Amino acid sequence: MYKYDQYDQAMVDARVEDFRDQVRRRIAGDMNDDQFKPLRLKNGLYLQLHAYMLRVAIPYGTLNSRQLRKLAEIARKYDRGYGHFTTRQNLQYHWIKLEDAPDILAELATVEMHAIQTSGESIRNISADQYAGAAADEICDPRPWAELLRQATSFHPEFSYLPRKFKICVISSPADRAALRWHDCALRIVRNEAGEEGFEVYAGGGMGRTPFIAYKIRDFCPAAQIFSYIQAILRVWNLHARRDNIHKQRMKILVHDLGEEEFRRQVEEAFQHFLTLDTDFPQAEYDRIAAYFTPPPFETGLPDDIDRSDPDFALWVDQQVIAHKTPGYAIANISLKPIGGIGGDATAEQMEVVADLAERYSFDDVRVTHAQNLVLPHVRKQDLYAVWQALHEAGLADANLDLVTDVIACPGLDYCTLANARSIPVAQKIQRRFAEMERQLDLGELKIKISGCINACGHHHAGHIGILGVDRKGTENYQLLLGGSGAEDTTQAKITGPGFDEDGVVDAVERAIERYRELRDPGERFIDTYRRVGLDAFKEAIYG
Amino acid sequence: MADVLRFRNDDPIEEPAVTLDAFVDQEDASAVRIEAGEDPRRLIPVLDRVKLVELGIPRFRDGRCFTAARILREAGYEGEIRAEGDVLVDLIFFMRRCGIDSFAPQSPLNRADVDACLSRYEHVYQHAADGAVPIWKLRHG
Ligand code: SF4
Repeated sequence: MYKYDQYDQAMVDARVEDFRDQVRRRIAGDMNDDQFKPLRLKNGLYLQLHAYMLRVAIPYGTLNSRQLRKLAEIARKYDRGYGHFTTRQNLQYHWIKLEDAPDILAELATVEMHAIQTSGESIRNISADQYAGAAADEICDPRPWAELLRQATSFHPEFSYLPRKFKICVISSPADRAALRWHDCALRIVRNEAGEEGFEVYAGGGMGRTPFIAYKIRDFCPAAQIFSYIQAILRVWNLHARRDNIHKQRMKILVHDLGEEEFRRQVEEAFQHFLTLDTDFPQAEYDRIAAYFTPPPFETGLPDDIDRSDPDFALWVDQQVIAHKTPGYAIANISLKPIGGIGGDATAEQMEVVADLAERYSFDDVRVTHAQNLVLPHVRKQDLYAVWQALHEAGLADANLDLVTDVIACPGLDYCTLANARSIPVAQKIQRRFAEMERQLDLGELKIKISGCINACGHHHAGHIGILGVDRKGTENYQLLLGGSGAEDTTQAKITGPGFDEDGVVDAVERAIERYRELRDPGERFIDTYRRVGLDAFKEAIYG
Repeated sequence: MADVLRFRNDDPIEEPAVTLDAFVDQEDASAVRIEAGEDPRRLIPVLDRVKLVELGIPRFRDGRCFTAARILREAGYEGEIRAEGDVLVDLIFFMRRCGIDSFAPQSPLNRADVDACLSRYEHVYQHAADGAVPIWKLRHG
């Protein structure tokens, strides 16, 4: 894992003082809230319904045990004893006091963490494949590039007051576990015919009220030039984006307005220009960073089989454990989606349990997934039973990865000032309706995603089943969507028809699922049946 | 001129800035104002007669001025670039890095705050128009 040197540390320390000063000027009345708002947002501090929310960056979703323990400590000391892992692999505290925020940042800085650019109109924290360094299908670990780009895009002077937020994602495998093409700028590491590393670049994706799937803007950008290419994209957007309507300022809208070809042409032109400026980081810097991500000292000759005699454990293994690239090891997913809980929430105690397990069994490495679960990426197969027992004791042993109860839901009306409707209770009702394990297993992979308003933080556009909270004459109403995907077969979900009330939408989900059971071919996933038979076959069942 | 904060040693240009449209045709003009949203690249063919570029900042979160300033610097322009309008103290560090070297803020800036903001970050992660040496270069000598 990357370690800060004196420069990185000085940077986050300076940021703490910077923010402390901004808070001081705000409290002293030197700044009005209009002026303060964009400044606090650059540091992940939102004003929500009941309190401030602080979003902490977890670069490329990677944590060590010391960091996770610090997050637990902050949760206990400054919040209500828990934190919320987000769909961008970050962590949010929902009950923060403004005057505590600088101290929290100072605490984070002691474990090489920060909240820089986790909100506001900036280049956001970079997300990546949660199985980086462990997945059998990756061509290399994408995190050295993510770290290099983290530094390159931190406090970028030209791109710190962008038209809107800008999200970058990096993966390096054919399978997409990170909702790649739903990002403004999506990078997949590939090798060209000469065997050189480079990036397949996608641009203009994003959810929100006007969803677009990113289009492939370049087949191959030489790895050493990727920062130039990203700057070119940013410059074209920064120059030409609208500034008169906040809802039309994301890059996807400019791509749409200019057309993919014209946008690409302008980016290429700017790219050639940036190449002359010598702004790319040299190979030596990449090598320095990559050295922190060399594989941990895996043992050889370990037993590769798992004792499945405990049926509850066997069930968990089948659902939560994924093949590792090294024999004798496994990737263990930890569900943060207990039935009837709040998806993505973890208590301070749970964070500490996971930190202990990571330290003891996973080379001190924890990952956060965009589906709001956690991962121990490198567990010896022979240790899985001990890991499972500890998780079980901490209430973290649900076996529902990618199943119907592994729901993504945004904070919704319970926390968020922008919400039209509550998301969490709908997720909980769906979980309870389908809680029975046999039923979950029978349904197989089924991704339900819920947003409390059109901003789509709950990724409803990418749900096999999506739910969107809308305001209908002052009452909460829910639209149902089908057919979305955030995987390598990215698609945008379609609205089925008129909306429902809270219980109505849960019933409608069940009717859609029952229709799937009638129509599916053996072994076919929900999304595949939907794609084969189309929306109408489901509409009939949903609306009768 | 009293309320213009300058980071240059030459004498200020007293000539009023004309619009970009007017400037392109007016061959004796040397001061031009670029509004946010106007394409700074239109100045490049006539850059040799420009002595002052005033960048209009309608709202401080409008970040187009950063790109405009860099484009001019990258084209070799060495004259004054002034940010005029809603200039907030927290922007000045980034503006300086992009090549803006004078400031005409709508509401006066506290000089102590300006100095604090400019000196807070000792190092930078990336190249820009200010010649600051990026951290990666410091690391590798
Ligand atoms: S989708 Fe809407 S309601 Fe949900 S968190 Fe985002 S802004 Fe708030």
